[in-house]
Amino acid sequence: MFGTTLSLALRSIARHKLRSFLTTLGIIIGVAAVVTMVTLGKATTAAVQKSISSLGTNILQVRPGQGFGRGGGGPRPPDFKPQDAIAIRDQIAGVTAVAAQAGTTATAIYEGANWSTTLNGTTNAYFQVQPWPLTEGRYFTPAEEAAGKSVCIIGNTVNTNLYRGGSPLGTRMRIGGISCDVIGRLSARGQAGFGGDQDDVVIMPLKAVQRRFTGSTDLKLMLVGVDQAYATSAVQASIEDLLRERRNITGGKDDDFNIFDTAQISATLTQSTTLLTGIVTAVAGISLVVGGIGIMNIMLVSVTERTREIGIRLAIGAVAGEVLLQFLVEAIALSMLGGVIGLVVAQVAVLSLTGVMKVDYLFDPQINMIAFAISAVIGVVFGYFPARRAAALNPIDALRHE
Amino acid sequence: MASNSASPAVSEAAAVAPIISLRDVTKRYGDGATAFLALKGIDLDIAQGDFVAVMGASGSGKSTTMNILGCLDVPTGGTFAFKGVHVETLDRDQRALLRRKYLGFVFQGFNLLARTTALENVELPLLYRGDAKGARRAAAMAALDKVGLANWWDHTPAELSGGQQQRVAIARAIVTSPAVLLADEPTGNLDSERSVEIMELLAGLNRDSGITVIMVTHEPDMAAFARTIVHFKDGLVERIDTQHHQGEVAL
Repeated sequence: MFGTTLSLALRSIARHKLRSFLTTLGIIIGVAAVVTMVTLGKATTAAVQKSISSLGTNILQVRPGQGFGRGGGGPRPPDFKPQDAIAIRDQIAGVTAVAAQAGTTATAIYEGANWSTTLNGTTNAYFQVQPWPLTEGRYFTPAEEAAGKSVCIIGNTVNTNLYRGGSPLGTRMRIGGISCDVIGRLSARGQAGFGGDQDDVVIMPLKAVQRRFTGSTDLKLMLVGVDQAYATSAVQASIEDLLRERRNITGGKDDDFNIFDTAQISATLTQSTTLLTGIVTAVAGISLVVGGIGIMNIMLVSVTERTREIGIRLAIGAVAGEVLLQFLVEAIALSMLGGVIGLVVAQVAVLSLTGVMKVDYLFDPQINMIAFAISAVIGVVFGYFPARRAAALNPIDALRHE
Repeated sequence: MASNSASPAVSEAAAVAPIISLRDVTKRYGDGATAFLALKGIDLDIAQGDFVAVMGASGSGKSTTMNILGCLDVPTGGTFAFKGVHVETLDRDQRALLRRKYLGFVFQGFNLLARTTALENVELPLLYRGDAKGARRAAAMAALDKVGLANWWDHTPAELSGGQQQRVAIARAIVTSPAVLLADEPTGNLDSERSVEIMELLAGLNRDSGITVIMVTHEPDMAAFARTIVHFKDGLVERIDTQHHQGEVAL
């Protein structure tokens, strides 16, 4: 009996293509919205996590100045001194390395091409704290670091713009008015979570940048690597105590520097993107329910419109259960059809939106299956009432219906 | 009961046990003050293989009787035996199964499914019987052939004339080889030429396949095709005529 009912339902759908399409539209939009939102939400979360983990795990970022939202008047807090970095490295247990950094923005020029980029002065400790493999070339030698030689390692974006993707090794490029030997090219890392391009960078020995660009030995940023065996929060507290002491901050005065735990930032951001995804999905879910009501609506209209047809079917010997099943199967088939189309629409939407948002496309089988299952359930729930109504019709009245 | 065309075997069987037997059948619509007694006690036997015309003014109870004979409705009182089965004791679904197996319906308004080919319309009852696709197709084509529309199988009702639509409806009614064909004013929507064609078709089916035909009609010309004419008046059977020269008026 089910095979018969299914073929009856499919015939009826095929016979009323426009009506069937309009009926499923709500489900199509609902399923597409839910799947798109969840997939994009997950893609965004993954992108945030990836870009933060590309900053490295177990890293503390130490910057002068107060944390977010504590800006305002007063003199600018002083930058760190090289001795601060050495003190942190030598005096605090659990610190694997400290990468001191100073930087500026500068224009890089090579054979007529020029590109405005970030010039970052640091030491090899930088590559140790947050591993960043080279595509080709080498890191700095101790001699280059000690002497502050004019050598540079360039990021992928800089390489693309100045060398059109070709090998930069052995060339001399100009940056901010000085020339430097290119000794290495960094592998591509992609977008940072906040929209910045991590690959748009030129890295030189710290001393070279200090001497030729910043003009002092001050440090703008220290990246502190923490041993896996130590609790990051404990190391963070030790660094805070040490720096307060070194910067003569006493009593109840606030810190004039701040220490970020990247893992903590990652957790916070993941939490907020997950929350946002949840909210948007809930809104999309409402449209799915509205789509179900749409199906019920059209099916009810359809039952009224097809009263005579139902009468014919009953007269030629259809039992009530068969009529009920036919309309129910029709509703389920319609909503599942809407579900499938919705999934296709969602994939197209996700593919184009991930392109615009510059996040990776991730196919999530779970949400696709869930959304499809929900569309089927909606068919059952919202199709039952009209179907029962159709089955309860009196054949005599139904046949007389105009 | 003797006729110039019915086979003796059918007549004999009919004499033994009528296929339809109504005894003191009443039908009341509504309750209390608004109650309306449509049938006031009908006694009627219909023999297997008979061709019965049911006549009467509107409100005489003929439609109510047809609904009861078609197992679409049940009597309020009295008994209705169909092939010995007491229909008044059956529930909705049991009556549906009875219709599926033994009854064919032809309506005044044709009642074909729109946007559905003639073949699919005729296949419909077989679908509910659960026949396999090949058997369904073959039986439906055979039925269409019987009504002379084998070449029109892929046309939808909108592409067929009224007479052709009624032929498709007849094909749908006979595709299951029913024992009884119930026709409710089958020529009511057709011109006289088309009407005669339909009546000849019904008479031929009755004669050649032995299907019992029960037909409601207003037109004496059409009733002339029947062997038995049952006249209804005010919820009662007024009289029953037996004709020995079927179709004489039309021929």
